[in-house]
Amino acid sequence: MKSPLWQRFAVNGLLIAMAFVALFPLLWMLSVSFMQRGEASTFPPPLLPAQATLANYRELFERAGMGRYLLNSLIVAGATTLLSLAFNLAAGYAFAKLRFAGRERVFQVLLGALVIPAQVTMIPLFLMMKWLGLVNSYGGVVVPLLAGVFGIFLVRQYARSIPDDLLEAARIDGAGELRIFLAIVQPVLKPIVVTLAIFTFLASWNDFMWPLIVLSDQTWQTAPVALASLSREHVQDNELMMAGSVVTIVPVLVLFLALQRHYIQGLLLGSVKG
Amino acid sequence: MSERRAAWLFAAPALIVIGGFFFVPVLAAFALSLTDFDLYALADLRNLRFVGLHNYLDILQTPLFWKSLLNTLYFVGVGVPLSIAASLGAALLLDSKLARWKGFFRTALFAPVVTTIVAVAVIWRYLLHTRYGLINYTLAHFGIAPIDWLGDPHWSMPAIILFAVWKNFGYNMIILLAALQGIPGELYEAAHIDGASFRQRLRHITLPMLRPALLLVAIITVSGYFQLFAEPYVMTQGDPLQSTVSVLYFMYEEGFKWWSLGRASAIAFLLFALILLVTRVLLRFGRRGDYA
Repeated sequence: MKSPLWQRFAVNGLLIAMAFVALFPLLWMLSVSFMQRGEASTFPPPLLPAQATLANYRELFERAGMGRYLLNSLIVAGATTLLSLAFNLAAGYAFAKLRFAGRERVFQVLLGALVIPAQVTMIPLFLMMKWLGLVNSYGGVVVPLLAGVFGIFLVRQYARSIPDDLLEAARIDGAGELRIFLAIVQPVLKPIVVTLAIFTFLASWNDFMWPLIVLSDQTWQTAPVALASLSREHVQDNELMMAGSVVTIVPVLVLFLALQRHYIQGLLLGSVKG
Repeated sequence: MSERRAAWLFAAPALIVIGGFFFVPVLAAFALSLTDFDLYALADLRNLRFVGLHNYLDILQTPLFWKSLLNTLYFVGVGVPLSIAASLGAALLLDSKLARWKGFFRTALFAPVVTTIVAVAVIWRYLLHTRYGLINYTLAHFGIAPIDWLGDPHWSMPAIILFAVWKNFGYNMIILLAALQGIPGELYEAAHIDGASFRQRLRHITLPMLRPALLLVAIITVSGYFQLFAEPYVMTQGDPLQSTVSVLYFMYEEGFKWWSLGRASAIAFLLFALILLVTRVLLRFGRRGDYA
């Protein structure tokens, strides 16, 4: 039995309409970012630049210091990703495969933490960072994110599929625990490492509230924080602001497009027990 | 090295970080909320005084707190159903056998989720511009007079909701799509043979089978939407007439603009309690339906 033609048109037409709504703001941002100063503040709003220019990008990097902010973002997100991967992998593996007293109870307590919104911790965390001398430094952003319950949970779920016999055999052969972890467990965990890495990197790059609180000094600000303060100063400079949005979004969008299968897998794994 | 010692060594770094930078701050936040920690205490801890529940009582008598609570409830109450409806609609379309280029559509619809919220808020602020914005330009074709989206207190929250739905619906779409794909095909075939219409199938097969996924999505979305902050921070700064001050925005200003860290901690705990309450009610409500 074949579906009528109009149904095909309806389903695909609606999808095209939704995709248009989802993508249009992003495409328009790109277009406006190449427009001349003031061109976007006319009526009706132009869809394409009359004469494309890179002036906005030039001003963004030469005058507004966007290069520095992007570098800050890259360092913060990169360090958070690498370090938290190491912490979460080790802990997730321990909770899944190594026997120790109180393992299940500690893990339950960790899962319980998922209901507490992170914002509850931000005020004391700010004071702690102040006393540790980490306000206005990369460390201030990175240190609280070095390990996360979500990451440990994800690794634990995945590591549980490693057969105990495999680990026992290695132990009988005289391999130490660290060697087992690096040589046997690590390769098995590879898919989840990619998933967790891209998840952490995107979350860290896009993070706003905590970096806003702990990085008041412009020198250390990440791209989103700097963009927010730029947008408060340059309310009228639409073309410049769109260029700022482009350079902030493009890195994460490209990363997502390259690794989207892993990202979606992580999203689904994580939501099994959110 | 024994297995038990190795286990503790492997788990210890993460546990120390989570303990020291999550659990300790949660307890400290509660302790702080019982003090008058402010700029003077920040300069010299000897100025710190224990005030019991004074902060909580004081906040409950602050009009702006109630305003921010109502704004947040408005955002959650309208935004969450709209967002889930959009997610469900998109997931149903993507799951349809008639849909083509599914991979492209899925990626396109999901793209806003991975974008940086500050950056897309800047775009939307421009799209919503009263005079040059494309949204008013489009509406003009339908004979609708320009709306001052971000300047009129009646329209500011709807504008932010519209933006949030655009940004977030792809996330739940993926979860619902996976749940849809998990529904056994025989159920639909049987219904088809019995001559059930699309609406009947939706009502008697799809929605009941999606129930657990919808409950999950509802809980994730509600607790996420209660944490509204970046949107008003970038798009409206809480204005016009404080119509977009959310509870979290109020907390941020109390804490990091006025440095009333004790009061801000109390606000954080009130928000936490509220999220806990609402998600518990949802969970009970959603689970009970299973046995009905």
